Amino acid sequence: MVKAPRMQARITLEDVAALARGCAVLGTGGGGDVRPGAIAARRAIREYGDVPLVTLNELPGDALVLPLSGIGAPTVSNEMVHGADEAVRIAEEIERIFGRPPAAVMSSEIGGGNGVAPVAWAARLGLPLLDADAMGRAFPEVQMVSMYVAGIPANLVVMTDVVGNVVTIRPIDGLWSERVARAVCVAAGSSALMADYVLTARECAGAVIEGTVSRAIAVGRATEGAADPLAALTAELGAVRLITGKLADLERRTTGGFARGTATIEGTGDDRGRTLTLEIQNENLVAVEDGRVRAMVPDLITVVDTQTATAIQTEGLRYGQRVTVLAWPCDPLWRTPKGLETAGPRAFGYDMDYLPVEEIASSSGPTSGEAA
Amino acid sequence: MSTTLRVGIDVGGTNTDAVVLDDDDRVVAAAKRPTSPDVTEGLRAALDAVLAALPEPGMEKRVKRVMLGTTHATNAILERRALGRVAVLRLGAPATTSVPPLSEWPDDLRDTVAAGAAIVRGGYFVDGSEIAPLDEDAVRKFAATTPADAIAVTGVFSPAGADQENRVAEIIRAEIGDVPVSLSHEIGSLGLLERENATVLNAALYGVARDVTAALHEALRSRGLEVETYFAQNDGTLMAVDYAARYPVLTIGSGPANSLRGAAYLSGVTDAIVADVGGTSTDLGVLVGGFPRESAAAVEIGGVTTNFRMPDILSIALGGGTIVGAEPRSVGYRIGTEALVFGGSTPTMTDAAVAAGRGTVGTRPVPEEWRERLARAVRAADEAVADAVDRVALGRADRPLVAVGGGAFLLADRVPGAREVIRPAHAEVANAVGAAIALASGRLETIVPASGAGNPRARLIDKAKEEAAARAVAAGADPATVQIVELSEIPLSYLPEPAVRLHVKAAGPLARQAG
Repeated sequence: MVKAPRMQARITLEDVAALARGCAVLGTGGGGDVRPGAIAARRAIREYGDVPLVTLNELPGDALVLPLSGIGAPTVSNEMVHGADEAVRIAEEIERIFGRPPAAVMSSEIGGGNGVAPVAWAARLGLPLLDADAMGRAFPEVQMVSMYVAGIPANLVVMTDVVGNVVTIRPIDGLWSERVARAVCVAAGSSALMADYVLTARECAGAVIEGTVSRAIAVGRATEGAADPLAALTAELGAVRLITGKLADLERRTTGGFARGTATIEGTGDDRGRTLTLEIQNENLVAVEDGRVRAMVPDLITVVDTQTATAIQTEGLRYGQRVTVLAWPCDPLWRTPKGLETAGPRAFGYDMDYLPVEEIASSSGPTSGEAA
Repeated sequence: MSTTLRVGIDVGGTNTDAVVLDDDDRVVAAAKRPTSPDVTEGLRAALDAVLAALPEPGMEKRVKRVMLGTTHATNAILERRALGRVAVLRLGAPATTSVPPLSEWPDDLRDTVAAGAAIVRGGYFVDGSEIAPLDEDAVRKFAATTPADAIAVTGVFSPAGADQENRVAEIIRAEIGDVPVSLSHEIGSLGLLERENATVLNAALYGVARDVTAALHEALRSRGLEVETYFAQNDGTLMAVDYAARYPVLTIGSGPANSLRGAAYLSGVTDAIVADVGGTSTDLGVLVGGFPRESAAAVEIGGVTTNFRMPDILSIALGGGTIVGAEPRSVGYRIGTEALVFGGSTPTMTDAAVAAGRGTVGTRPVPEEWRERLARAVRAADEAVADAVDRVALGRADRPLVAVGGGAFLLADRVPGAREVIRPAHAEVANAVGAAIALASGRLETIVPASGAGNPRARLIDKAKEEAAARAVAAGADPATVQIVELSEIPLSYLPEPAVRLHVKAAGPLARQAG
């Protein structure tokens, strides 16, 4: 198979399924179900047409980029589906504040549902989608974005809910942004649409993670019609295969609003006799084998169905599933001191020093799976 | 002799099976007939055959109940045939308008079913407050201007608050009279679009349910049978016929559930792996406490995604008619002429099993020149079965494997991953037995607080249990013996107060008939 990067100039109806599959993989177990976003995206493309996919250098320097994401509980947004005009209200508020309309929509979080739904919002607004996002994966908190790491002040959050309220927040920093936005979200019924870190294209350089939309589509396409979907996905991601086995134990607990848990995967086939445990807080954060960490946040850890290579989200994990755990490097931005302070293991309460997944793999000998 | 009898019928892909059971659940007669394209003809044939197989003349007069597991509803959706036109009403605006009803339906099915759709103001937030007061004028206007065979009503968060949906039903009754209405909180669980899809399919199937019921009653009447009729639903339990008439969509996928329940009954075990070996495939499922373990995956029917709870079934291409060297192809119902042991020229898994000494099927021995190849096929099949058992067993090797279905003899007497292999009597008609012995059930899903804080949570859980039990009684269960058979909680993330999705199922034996 030819691996030349495909220039993706627009997102069509046919691209949505691949994008959704890819976003699920990049969701590392969290980020919400991709299906509702895919349904909304297909619906909006049918009604408003294809969505152009643009790179940063295609936008004028002063063009406003509108990062949009759904915030709230996935169970709620799967039931209380978004209204059609929420993105329009946010765009109008942005224009009121900046005196000019946004020029492009950006996904705040490519992992999970928030990677797919922006296609619908962009289509509705008649705007292109920027081929970038603010995480390169999924994270649970508002300040865990590339803009925060890049030192851009979080001085504006615009939110709207299903009934039409628009809330504009001028927080003093990213942590307050998270705190206030979360409170607004609760008042809005645990589901809202949000724009934060509205930037000019010039400010975006170095402050967003570029190429992630086309990467998600490529990841989704990699398994299409592949004879060995798992191998194809592993190669496309450049992932380390941590273990192939079955989900032997799953302990869930909900604390502090987050679904926490521990999943135990017992090796089968070549991995028989090995056991991997995954620490989960909405996303898969730390993978441990024999007391040794094999991958940790902010590197990406995703559980996939061994046969189909379809990503399995945290809420979809079930005792007995045949799964493979893949891990691969995060964007370099997350490996900077500020990046690790923001979303490294300690940011999630794990008292451990970050070690890149590929370094752990290369230092642990040949038994621990192949680094592609 | 005053004992009553009941008939269980299960319509499968290849065969329609029928059994007669007595009051002690003993199998009195059994029969198997090919499933006809229109389903009903095969059903009549199986009914005739099983009545003819009764050991004493006149016994059929003692049949008081008939339980039917059928594919009528599934076929109607797959073939877009005999479906009613449905007015689709959603309560939720201004929320939910980004995805109108039926957005992802295949065009031909939407064209067949949709009489019109509207999203009116209404629905609830997760905390039970209203997104908007129900727009009753809009409901009236929609009902009056959208002629349809049935109306499907889906309100946001109706599984946690059904008042608005119930109010819509009242308005429709007052406005246009007796058109049937499907309310989503009675059909499915959380997940608006999937529940709405299931509710619309349910409304589209009312006519099919009427036709099947009429055909069944006509068949019974013309055979002099005066009986109560029940339909099997997809979780392995029964619905009284008037209940099934309101929830026809729940009959979809009853076959695997029947076979699992039948296996449980015939073997006397409640926790087991069940392998149902048919003509083209083997379906493996798991019994937990006597009920099928359910799948968490979304179920697609005719191109429409629903959130039904269906049995968790793993199918492998191993059946009595499976052609050795050309798997997964099968000779199907031609086994009796094409297999080597019947003098044919096609090597099948039936031949392989006979050659391995696992059965004595056929009219002649397996030709010597095939033996080595067939032995290899048996080894490969045993490995495939062992792997499948391991996959469904979730790592537990301490449970028995119950082998049922017409091809059960294909399975070895020892299967890795299973404590033992049980081959109950009448295993070949386990699915029909499952239909005949099933309980009636009701289920409910809602949201409750996750932790202690005393009364609200406990009260909500009690209320959910009561409602599930009431639904089981409405489906035909005896109020005196109905009990909660399942109660599970799944934590929800990102909510201000920790909450769980509560799933409750109640079931009980059918209420005794008067007289």
